[in-house]
Amino acid sequence: MRMNGERKFIKGNEAVGYGAMAAGLRCYFGYPITPQNEIPEFLSSALPAAGGEFVQAESELAAANMLLGAVSTGVRAMTSSSSPGISLMQEAISYMAGSELPGVIVNMNRGGPGLGDIGPAQGDYFQSTRGGGHGDYRTLVLAPSTCQEAYDMMIASFDLAFKYRNPVLMLGDGIIGGMKEPVTMWQPERPADHAEAWQVDGAAGREKRLIRSLRLDEGELAQHNRHLAAKYEAMKAEARAECFLTDDAELVVVAFGSMGRIAKSGIRKLRSEGFKVGLVRPITLYPFPADVLETLAAQGKRFLTIEQNTGQMVEDVRLAIRRHADSEFFGMMPGELPGAEDLMAPMLDAVRRK
Amino acid sequence: MAPDIDSITLARETAENVDLTPRPGETLVFDKPRSLRSQNTHYCPGCHHGVAHRLVAELLDEMELREKAIAVSSIGCSVFIYHYLDVDSIEAPHGRGPAAATGLKRARPESFVFTYQGDGDLASIGMAEIMHAANRGERISVVFVNNTVYGMTGGQMAPTTLIGQKTTTCPAGRCLEREGSPIRMAEIMASLGGVAYSARVSLDSVKNIRDAKKAMRRAFQVQTENIGFGFVEVLSGCPTNWRMDAVKANRRIRAEMIPYFPLGVYKDVNTLNPEGER
Amino acid sequence: MSRVVFLEERCKGCMLCAELCPKKIIIQSTRINRQGYKVAEVSEMDTCTGCASCALICPDCAIRVFRSQKGEGA
Repeated sequence: MRMNGERKFIKGNEAVGYGAMAAGLRCYFGYPITPQNEIPEFLSSALPAAGGEFVQAESELAAANMLLGAVSTGVRAMTSSSSPGISLMQEAISYMAGSELPGVIVNMNRGGPGLGDIGPAQGDYFQSTRGGGHGDYRTLVLAPSTCQEAYDMMIASFDLAFKYRNPVLMLGDGIIGGMKEPVTMWQPERPADHAEAWQVDGAAGREKRLIRSLRLDEGELAQHNRHLAAKYEAMKAEARAECFLTDDAELVVVAFGSMGRIAKSGIRKLRSEGFKVGLVRPITLYPFPADVLETLAAQGKRFLTIEQNTGQMVEDVRLAIRRHADSEFFGMMPGELPGAEDLMAPMLDAVRRK
Repeated sequence: MAPDIDSITLARETAENVDLTPRPGETLVFDKPRSLRSQNTHYCPGCHHGVAHRLVAELLDEMELREKAIAVSSIGCSVFIYHYLDVDSIEAPHGRGPAAATGLKRARPESFVFTYQGDGDLASIGMAEIMHAANRGERISVVFVNNTVYGMTGGQMAPTTLIGQKTTTCPAGRCLEREGSPIRMAEIMASLGGVAYSARVSLDSVKNIRDAKKAMRRAFQVQTENIGFGFVEVLSGCPTNWRMDAVKANRRIRAEMIPYFPLGVYKDVNTLNPEGER
Repeated sequence: MSRVVFLEERCKGCMLCAELCPKKIIIQSTRINRQGYKVAEVSEMDTCTGCASCALICPDCAIRVFRSQKGEGA
């Protein structure tokens, strides 16, 4: 597949597939669920054509555990799903975190709880950023707001997964997945994965290796979890956020993914009307870009968090700025497709309320 | 009454100190296989996992698979197989061994991949994973240890618990009307198109142990020869959770298990076909 | 003539070997190993045929079998 510099008009789900291929994807495992079906559909032909393996699993449980098996051999592998399916994958994600395996998981967030609906939503923020499954762990979480970013972040996801030997989750939503945009294909310089040091590939000429999360010896789990905690601390270096017109802003809107992008359109319009509103769009949800927010809070700015849920990321915002400020909150509900105007109203309210 | 400490005689030698050099004119005809590590197992006295582990290790040696093998250990007593076999291994969540093995084998087709699973793991929580890995004809081999009980958690009812068998969660004995009948996995596996070999063996006697090894060899071969999915169900004793000694447990296998779980080869083909002909 | 060697620290005293021994020459000794098990032993080694049944059934790989070369061989 020649991709360098080529521009394609594709859905975000397809951009995920193209980005993963550019990153060196070797194995994909998945189970159909709306609104992410274009990912397995695209990869079911593109991946085998490039010599990789595509498996439609019997369930999300199986897909995520196939991922666990595949990445144990040191290859770049992934799965994708949407909210209810991601819940089923939490078992394997927890095991991968405990076993320090670099699985990449894509969640095109839909409405919940339960079966919810198939429209866009951001209700999985807590699940994504708090580990999601059982035990004391974290996954790196990236949140794209455009199809191009979906492509780029797939490349970053694989690099980060191997850099930290940790599961990486890309949290999109039904808008990103289903929307078409021009995407520029590019072929990254691939960093060394250094998997030879730990992968299982047969104990030939070396000691046998074991990949596990069970740690029963006295003090062993405590030591391991301290090691994981130190790793999560080191991950904070990866925290990223887009700051848009924040320098002179009186009100800083904090929004991620699709909501961040729509909020940005609203902010442009409010700026043209003279309102000093800016945007911080967290690009990594874990680690959360708390430093960026705290710096702005220390400058005396006020905050409004906008999400497509009833208030989840706002807790992280409040934690980040707690020494200087508080954040107001405005929530869209799942399935609602807000225009810039829908988000401008709460911004206006907040910026006028001194 | 406390035993008189002075009356206890300690065992003569540690395993490491025993002289295993053949004397003049002698041959060592039974030794530990290379693929089995020398450390003692955590298994209870008379537990058949030790025998099944050794048969797997002997075959890894004889078929020269040790250096290309990746074992998938599953949740239950045998999770620690990774301490006893001298091969690379990963630990799958409870029941997901065949899914993890699928991922391993798809990523590394040149590796020899096998799962070692108990009855709770394979025939209860992992039923979907074993069925679909088998049906896809994944080139993996599965050793399924059926001892009719959950061992590690303390003797609860398993999907293979016999009717009338008392466990800690069916204290009056398994009841057909409320708990269903014991699942016969070897027969179910034989009905699936992706399965090249399915057999049921037992570890209760010398003859049956020899037959078990033959069956395991074939279940490994259908993978190494890229024919299809290989499955061996191994009837085994769990003296501790059956509340009897090892010798009585062996007799129970013959008297109660084999009549319900007949031994034999249920499928053995050289090419897969969509009808799943035997 | 053949003989068997019991690795007493591996033995768990399950006595499956005694049950299967065709010559019925394996008995439980009074010795206790570090795991706390009463280990098995052979009472009349002269009778041993080196059939290896005991080693085959042993779940703990605690038995090694030696056969003299004028016999049948392995």
